[in-house]
This record gives sequence, C-alpha cells and structure tokens, in this order.
Amino acid sequence: MDFVPFVLTVITASTPLLLAATGELVTERSGVLNLGVEGMMLVGAIAAFAAASATGSAILGVLAGAIAGIATATIFGFLTLTMLANQVATGLALTIFGIGFSALIGASFVGFALDPLPKLNIAGLSGVPVLGAIFFGQDALVYLSFGMLSAVAWVLTRTRLGLILKAVGESHDSAHALGHPVILIRYGAVLFGGAMSGLAGAYLSLAYTPLWAENMSAGRGWIALALVVFATWRPGRLLFGAYMFGAITILQLHAQGWGVVIPSQFMSMLPYLATVLVLVLISSDRIRIRLNAPQCIGKVFHPAQ
Amino acid sequence: MSARLAGAGIRSLTFIIQTLGGSKMKKRTFYKLIVGTVAAGLTCGGALALTVKTAVAQTKVGFVYVGPIGDHGWTYRHDQGRLAVDKAFGDKVKTTYVESVKEGPDAERVIRQLASTGHDLIFTTSFGFMNPTLKVARRFPKVHFEHATGYKRDKNVSTYSARFYEGRYIAGVIAGKISKSNRIGYVASFPIPEVVRGINAFILGARSVNPKMSISVVWVNTWYDPGKEGDAAKALIDQGADIITQHTDSPAPLQVAENRGVKGFGQASDMIKFAPKAQLTAIINNWNPYYVARTKAVIEGKWASSDVWDGLKPGMVEMAPYTNMPADVAKLAKEIEEAIRSGKLHPFAGPIKNQSGETVVAAGQIADDGMLLGMDFYVQGVEGSLPK
Repeated sequence: MDFVPFVLTVITASTPLLLAATGELVTERSGVLNLGVEGMMLVGAIAAFAAASATGSAILGVLAGAIAGIATATIFGFLTLTMLANQVATGLALTIFGIGFSALIGASFVGFALDPLPKLNIAGLSGVPVLGAIFFGQDALVYLSFGMLSAVAWVLTRTRLGLILKAVGESHDSAHALGHPVILIRYGAVLFGGAMSGLAGAYLSLAYTPLWAENMSAGRGWIALALVVFATWRPGRLLFGAYMFGAITILQLHAQGWGVVIPSQFMSMLPYLATVLVLVLISSDRIRIRLNAPQCIGKVFHPAQ
Repeated sequence: MSARLAGAGIRSLTFIIQTLGGSKMKKRTFYKLIVGTVAAGLTCGGALALTVKTAVAQTKVGFVYVGPIGDHGWTYRHDQGRLAVDKAFGDKVKTTYVESVKEGPDAERVIRQLASTGHDLIFTTSFGFMNPTLKVARRFPKVHFEHATGYKRDKNVSTYSARFYEGRYIAGVIAGKISKSNRIGYVASFPIPEVVRGINAFILGARSVNPKMSISVVWVNTWYDPGKEGDAAKALIDQGADIITQHTDSPAPLQVAENRGVKGFGQASDMIKFAPKAQLTAIINNWNPYYVARTKAVIEGKWASSDVWDGLKPGMVEMAPYTNMPADVAKLAKEIEEAIRSGKLHPFAGPIKNQSGETVVAAGQIADDGMLLGMDFYVQGVEGSLPK
C-alpha cells in the first residue's frame, strides 16, 4: 500500500467529523444536546460555497460557513434555552430545516465547481519526502481542527471557564445556586457548536468535494454526534475516534481495490457497531455512565427554580 | 337518482354541442343554452356540474425521486424530464414531485400518497421503488404507473429504462485508447444487474481496442454521498488507475479526477463544468421525449402497459461532446457511436467470456435482453469478485 496517499485521504475524510464533533462535545458538556449538527453543517456548507464563489476568497468562504453555523445554532439556542423547548425535538427539527433551507439557497449553485482550498506549505517543508505532505502540506482547516481540539481540551481541563462549563452540564441547579450564568454559558456552548459545525460544512464544500450538492453531508453530522458518545465526551478519545472512523472508511475502499473479500457492507457498518458497543459498555454500569455522561444533558433549565 | 339525472344532463349537453357543430347558431345563444343546462344540472344536486368539471380537469402527473433534484446527476435528469412535460402541456397538466425518497417502506407511503391525491400518472424513478410501486398499483387500478429500470410489470404498471451500456461501451473504447496504466477505476453503487452491465460494457469496449485493460471496482453502497464517492476515486487513483468512471450520482469522482490530473467521465448529465480538463465525455440520460409521450398517452386515453428499453437511437441516451482527447480518438468514438446507433455494432456481441474463462456468449451471437437484464457475472478484465 502506498502509505502517504492513504494517510492524506484519511485526513480529508476525518477532518469534517473532527470539526463538527469538537463543537458538539462542548455543547453537550454544557448539558445541551443539539441533534441539529447535520443541518448546521449543511447551512455552513452552502454559505461557505456561496461566499467563496461570489467573492473568490476562500477565507471569506470559511468565515461565512462559521457565521452561518452560528446563526443556525442561535435559532436552536433561542428555542431551547430562552423558550425552553424540548432539545431533542428542536434538534431534529433543526436538521430537517437545515437540509431544506440549504437546498433552497443552494438551488442556484448546483452545477458549479470551485478550486479546492489551497494546501499550505508550512516553513517550506511540504516537499520533504513522506512526512512533508502529511505534516506540513495540509489546508488551513485541517490545522484548525487540531488547534480547536487542543484548545477545547485545554479549556476543559485547565481553566476556570472549563470548570464552570462542566459544572453547568453536571448540575445546572447547583451552578445556578453558585451564581453562574447557566443560560449564558449554554448559549456560548451552543453557538460554539454551531460555529464548528459550520466550519465542518465549509470543509465539505470548499476542500473535501469543492462543489455544492444538496444534502452533501450525507449523514456525517450524525456520525459526529455518535463520535461524541463514542469518545465518552473526552477530547483525546474524540481525536482517536474521528481518525479511526475516517481510516476505516478509507481502508474499506482500498481493501476492495486489493481484492480483499470482506463484504463492503460489513465495513460500512463497523464504525456504528463500535459506537453501539461503547454505548453498551458505558451504560451497563450505573457508576460508569455517571462518570462519563454530563448529568444534565438534554434537561431543560428553569432559572426560576 | 342523481346519477340518472346526471346522465340525462350529459346527454342533453352532448346533444346541444352536436347541434351547434352543425348549425350557425350565434355565440350568445350558445352561452345561454350552456348556462341553462348547467343551472338545470345544479338544481339536480350539482351532479352535472361535477361531471363537467372532471371532464376538463388537469391531468396530474407525479414523480418520485430517489435523490435530491440538485444532485446534478440521475435525479436532476428525471426532473428535467418533468419540466419538459410542464413545458409541452402547459395548463393541461400539473406535475408534482417528491425528492430524496428512501427506497423501502417510505417509498410505498409516498407513492400511495400521490395515487390517492388524484394523480393519473406516476413515475417512480429508481430500481428500489419496484415492489412498492407494484403494491400500490394493485390498490389503484385506475392510476397509471411507470417504473424506471425495473422488470416487474402489471396492467397499470409499465417499465422503462435506457440502454446506458451503449454509452459505457463508447466510454470504454475511449479509455482503452487514452489510458497509460491500462487500469480503470470504477466507483460503483450497488451490485445490481444495471450496474454490473455497465461495468462489463465498459471493459468490453476498452478491451476491443486494448486487450491489456483491466477494471478495478470499488462499491460504495450508496447512490449519493459526494464525500465517499470522491474518497473511492482517490483510493482507485492511488492504486494506479488513470481513468475514473462512476455509477453513482454526484460529480465528486470526476472532480477528484480533475484535481489529481487524471481523466474521467460524466454520469447522467454533462459535468464538464466540474472537470474542464478531465471530462472525456458524459453519458447523458434524456427522459424528456419519453415522459412527454407517456403523458400524452394518458391525456388521450391511449396509455397501455409497456416495456421500453431505448438507447442511443431514439435519443434516450446521449453523449456529451468528446473533449480532452486526441482528434483520432474522438473520431473513433463518433464512429462507434454511429455504429451502435445504426445497429451495426452491439456492445454485447460474442465472443464474451466470464471471469473464469467460460464462454457466455458465443462468437457470432449477441447477448439477449434476458441475459442483459439479469446480468450477475463479471466478464474477463474485471478484477475482484462480484459481491453477492
């Protein structure tokens, strides 16, 4: 097997998952379950594609993707945090809304292509054999996905803000009693999640397959949601999970080319099977699930209480 | 009681119109008569009014799509056919469509919904809609159904498909001439006869000009996932393919070919915008004439269940301009296209051997439609084994 091209393909397949899942991890850690990742990704994807093709600037495209993700997440935040609507139902509605809305906006962009997001050449090292292209020759969003994940890991474990965020997610009533602005913190987490989903969408329509096609995320938002559970809400495991998902997907495509006789349907199923296994493992033990899942996830917070 | 009155009403109306046809009665009198008759009808419980209404009502045509109309591939071309129907009949026909319908129980619900809301003709445009279509058709004997790419028919269910393999054979010939690595990467959706036939036609075309050609197939188990289709194309290129072709619905594999500097083919519609330097040609599905003809048949009451499988000749399959290739290859491609159209050349003319070397079509013979429709084997030149 040609190692370098394989790794390069794995990186492009994993990056959108990592971006979206990082955002959702922060959202869920604050106690909010936003099932609208797929919808936010699609709105981000079309916004990024539209902005990039209108202005010719990839940077503006990426920015537009993030802003569109935030805007979509604002709808979710307003409904669930201010109006106290059910999070699961609102999240599902947001996904359906995102699919339809992006298709509506995108109708006039069908059939156009863009140049892919430029590959960087960090410190002029991308030409170094084997490792150069992998470590120094990626596009900006790949580096951003690692940067954001590291930042999230640092904030969650090393800062006061991280402690407050986790406290809000574990027990919003206690956090409220201590004087922490629960709703404000959750708004922040939801909007961050929206921005990251928007970036994931931007990666799809600007770098992964630089075109706009309806429903082009094709379920990646749901994989990102599954990944957060798979990672038991921890950034380190999230990185492992996202790259394992990506690697398995690409590996099964390569395996077919080598003539390996594993049914491709089985390979396609593997990542989901892994998620279900992790869910069973962490849910089977009452203490273990309490250690892992944010206690207030999906619960509505009534500030008056 | 009211039915009998309505019958009398219709007879009197027919009588009036017949009389009018032969006489030079003034328009005003005609209107008076009509108004009078309708008024009489209304007093009879509105039965006549209802009858008149249905007689001039629009024909409703429904379409069920497996993907989004914005896929710029398979579903996009079906929707172009729907727009052609709109254009051809104007106000006489009302079309509706439901897009991104999953194959399975959901499809049955959607088809039943269309059938029970007064649609006279319903096109179901994916192989996986076959059983749901037949099931609903039995419940609605007066509604006409048209199922694309299937093989089960009924009194009110027709099937239609296009001989895409003719286009794929031409693409194969071009690939055989252009390829330097003698290796074709084929991004395939599901191992159904339609797709297997395309793979076989492609390699038969390629081997007709270059016996060293081989095809490597990657199954992605989806009709539509741009990311995954593109990844499959990357994997194939990494494994040495320098021609990419696909039997999935998005332009992603072709776009990957463009970015990686290899060549490829458009699928279902002309995708040159996605790959100005890579697209050699595209096999274009043109459903427009068929959809217009079938709608016309329903309007005229002449619709009958049929099985249509047309190719290049009536224009159900079209080839996009031959680009990005030397002039002599383009010339050869045009000659092959013409030979298939005129019937001189059949892509599945013997001798054809399967992977294990057994002759499946003898020299001088042509594979019959039965074999083509049920094709479940690879011919020589295709690598790997067909998933069962």
